[in-house]
Amino acid sequence: MSEQALLDVENLQVEFRTGRETVHAVNGASIRVGRGETAAILGESGSGKSVTAAAIMRLLQSPPAFVTGGSVHFKGLDVLSMPMAEWRRHCGRDIAMVFQDALTSLNPVFSVGWQIAELFRAHGVASGRDANDRAVELLGRVGIPDPAVRAKDYTHQFSGGMRQRVMIAMAIALSPDLLIADEPTTALDVTVQAQIMELLEDLRRESDMAMILITHDLGIVADVADTVSVMYAGRVVERGPVAAVLGRPAHAYTLALLNSVPRTHDKGHKLEPIAGSPPDLARIPSGCAFHPRCQFATDTCRTEAPGLVTVAPGRAAECHHAKAVFDA
Amino acid sequence: MPDKMKTTESRPILEVRDLVKHFTGGSGFSFGPKPAAVKAVDGVSFDLAAGETLGLVGESGCGKSTVARTLLRLEEPTSGTARFRGEDIFAADPVALKNIRRRLQVIFQDPYASLNPRMTIAEIIAEPWVIHPDALPVSERGEKVRSLLEGVGLRREHAERYPHEFSGGQRQRIGIARAMALDPEVLICDEPVSALDVSVQAQVVNLLMEIQDRLGVAYVFIAHDLSVVRHMSHRIAVMYLGRIVETGTQAQVYNNPRHPYTKALLSAEPSLDFTGDREKRQRIILKGEAPSPANPPSGCRFRNRCWKAQDMCAGDAPVLDRSDGDHQVACFDPE
Repeated sequence: MSEQALLDVENLQVEFRTGRETVHAVNGASIRVGRGETAAILGESGSGKSVTAAAIMRLLQSPPAFVTGGSVHFKGLDVLSMPMAEWRRHCGRDIAMVFQDALTSLNPVFSVGWQIAELFRAHGVASGRDANDRAVELLGRVGIPDPAVRAKDYTHQFSGGMRQRVMIAMAIALSPDLLIADEPTTALDVTVQAQIMELLEDLRRESDMAMILITHDLGIVADVADTVSVMYAGRVVERGPVAAVLGRPAHAYTLALLNSVPRTHDKGHKLEPIAGSPPDLARIPSGCAFHPRCQFATDTCRTEAPGLVTVAPGRAAECHHAKAVFDA
Repeated sequence: MPDKMKTTESRPILEVRDLVKHFTGGSGFSFGPKPAAVKAVDGVSFDLAAGETLGLVGESGCGKSTVARTLLRLEEPTSGTARFRGEDIFAADPVALKNIRRRLQVIFQDPYASLNPRMTIAEIIAEPWVIHPDALPVSERGEKVRSLLEGVGLRREHAERYPHEFSGGQRQRIGIARAMALDPEVLICDEPVSALDVSVQAQVVNLLMEIQDRLGVAYVFIAHDLSVVRHMSHRIAVMYLGRIVETGTQAQVYNNPRHPYTKALLSAEPSLDFTGDREKRQRIILKGEAPSPANPPSGCRFRNRCWKAQDMCAGDAPVLDRSDGDHQVACFDPE
């Protein structure tokens, strides 16, 4: 990962300005994704994980959203300063996105086959019958039975899992180098979730595509990701290889999150909940944003924002008590 | 079965037998043929002992929430019986039903929709006493509201505030306080933590377990999150398309699942308890999705997704095999 990363997000900052207040949705997110790697962004609602993804894809509407700082480099290109017309040529071809809610992300008035074929036409890859044939082939590849028939169907005729497959087909149509999947299985049942995660994993392996997986589910991160960036109140507070971070966290929030979920071996024990609830992003606490809920919090945490504290080779966290957490 | 209950009381507090709830369409204005009845719950039986937690798990559309709503008679059942302390809930007249509901309370999934935004917290928690005025003298209600608030980890002064001033987790606590206002014996929890953030879920899970320890209330705990259900429940019933396919103690079902669906469901759950080698993890990936409850497959309803399906599975529907005591499975070829 030391050479040029596929995607390099440095200290990204995004705020939403409404008439009354400014919501600091992302306050310094740094994320790196290498080629062929699965990078998870883990966070609760309001942690800024989806806004980070939308900013990377330049999907944020301004106003109310403003990228106020930081940079995004994709294959060495400066994404945020590129003319929009140029970036559009990369979208779909080099970088693509899958959303949580397939029903609202797909167009209800065109058949799914038409929508996928449109990608080939828009990017000048194929046209007419050839584009349609490719769309059918893709639907088959993502596991939709009878693809030639189903290509003529509309989104409302598909089940939730099948719709998600359609959206994945669309996202991988032009073999992007990076797929951003924003909670791709949150709306699905567990058994269907397993199907979709397996599909994504197979596709990723076949084409050596990299993936950013945005999720709130610790289990999914443990299951499929190579690296994880833990977000809290708009900041990436800890990042590293999954087994290392989840196995021995260095940030007090990561540790607390892990202790708050039921595990197989602790049945009957009391869970250790995190006190309070995630902060209001218009009024982020001073110092370390996690301090009001943190059992390690000291006066320093209340006044000083923590820098990156290194606890072991390749392991660091933005936590004043990273060493204590790491040894806990 | 009641003699197998591991409680001091001989008779279960809640006995549900052959519960059926079909939703028939066609009441609205529509063209074309009358839609088929949706068989949301199709013959569900279970017992709940005093002070225990029965986890009802299954995926969306399996009928678990309909079971809850029918037990409370928020929906009228199509057929079947449900006895609460021996009294049939479904045959109860309005007076008897009111009396049953006093001891059979509910908390809902969505803490934003289940609290009236125009009422103060004190009014919300005191509302059960408006319906059951004899439960508590008016003079004692103010103090009781405050102690209930403290009992769910909120502060006494919160009583005068409105729901919008609270977070999701706090609202769910308020819902629990309201449900506990009448000292119920059974609490039906319909996905009580699903709408909450991960870090907040544990607060509510702990609170529910602590209330059970303290007051001995029994829970029917409905959820799709298998790890939360495992943590909370003494016994488990797994539902698929309107039927219970497997039931047993928490350890029996989780450690030794016998129905193929239970096995697949448990193996599909992403697990934090990784041992390092993902490739070695045995995972059953089911084909397709659950069919519509309006048109379930004949025989065993799981057969079109089951890797062990044989010809016989299309014939008669398998019933829960009671030969193995507590651990019962509805499958012709269980593991």
